[in-house]
Amino acid sequence: MTDTTPAAPSPQQGDAPQELWPLWEVFVRASRGLSHVHAGSLHAPDATMAVRNARDLYTRRNEGVSVWVVPADAITTSDPDAKGAFFESPKGKTYRHATYYTKSEGVKHL
Amino acid sequence: MTAGGFDSATRISVGQALTAEDIAAAGLHADEDVARYATRLGDDALILSQRLSWWISRAPELEEDIALGNIALDLLGHARSLLTYAGTAGGKTEDDLAYFRDEDDFTCVHLVQLDPGDFGHTIARQLVYSLYAYELYTALSHSDDPTLAAIAQKAVKEVEYHVDHAWQWAMRLGDGTEESHRRMQAGLDQVWPFVDELFEDDDLTDRLKGVAVQPSSLRPAFDDAIRRVLAESTLELPSVPQARTGGRRGEHRESLGFVLAEMQSLARMHPGASW
Repeated sequence: MTDTTPAAPSPQQGDAPQELWPLWEVFVRASRGLSHVHAGSLHAPDATMAVRNARDLYTRRNEGVSVWVVPADAITTSDPDAKGAFFESPKGKTYRHATYYTKSEGVKHL
Repeated sequence: MTAGGFDSATRISVGQALTAEDIAAAGLHADEDVARYATRLGDDALILSQRLSWWISRAPELEEDIALGNIALDLLGHARSLLTYAGTAGGKTEDDLAYFRDEDDFTCVHLVQLDPGDFGHTIARQLVYSLYAYELYTALSHSDDPTLAAIAQKAVKEVEYHVDHAWQWAMRLGDGTEESHRRMQAGLDQVWPFVDELFEDDDLTDRLKGVAVQPSSLRPAFDDAIRRVLAESTLELPSVPQARTGGRRGEHRESLGFVLAEMQSLARMHPGASW
């Protein structure tokens, strides 16, 4: 195509570079008494708008009574490559579960 | 909480709220004047909804696309309830009124007809309309007509969020960069000539005292709110002449014809089509 092709109509006319909004992680509490559960992520220019975008994206079907947003880069995560060292170790350590132990005779209400 | 409640962030539960279907099923019969009044308010919401939905796939970010789409759907909900109720006067459905009336039978204000401009223009229009609609539905919640009151009580909660959305963006654009400030102020200047029409009383609103809201009575609260948001946004109240009015009498801007052509073409080509 030649450069005489008309540009697609765009509300972003002008030559200012479009910066990407930062990423936020969204946590939604479904009802009182439950904890906030990670629902997904979104882009927003700041925290206030992130809460509003979260409301539009993650609570439009009546899913929540409370929303938290956290800057994604404020979250420190476990290293997926260190899965073995991090999460394999409890395997086989059944004594970490209360059910491993036999109840002593005469103990009620355990 | 609804019966059964909800226990996960993905469980769908539909809240109890008045719907257009409820109104259609209630066997109501609005009188002629009430129907004309409901049609006005319904037409405002319908055409603005159509205008806003233009942004879907065009907003600056996906998240904003969805926010504007949500607001457009809320407005469509208001339009459906109001037009369904208006239709009960003459045995018509919401679709009869939305798709099979011609341009001069529509009674929406000019503000909602304006061609879509840039994002600043859209936020300016949303700010003006939402602040007006918030005052309108707050007052209409106390209408002597129980159906109008019920529609308004549901709508006002949604419009409160629309006000917040526009307010947040006006602050960010107005008090943002030089370019965003310039565009937000320009958008405001472009929509301002159409503000007075929102607050015009006429024979109909005079006759419907107690049922309809006198538009002029909403102006002081609107002015207070707009002054506050403009001050917070470092924007100026435009001093531009007011445009000719007439939307309530069926005298429209050229742009309404294009909105209606797009909105009505499918229903007119395939009457009764459903999906």
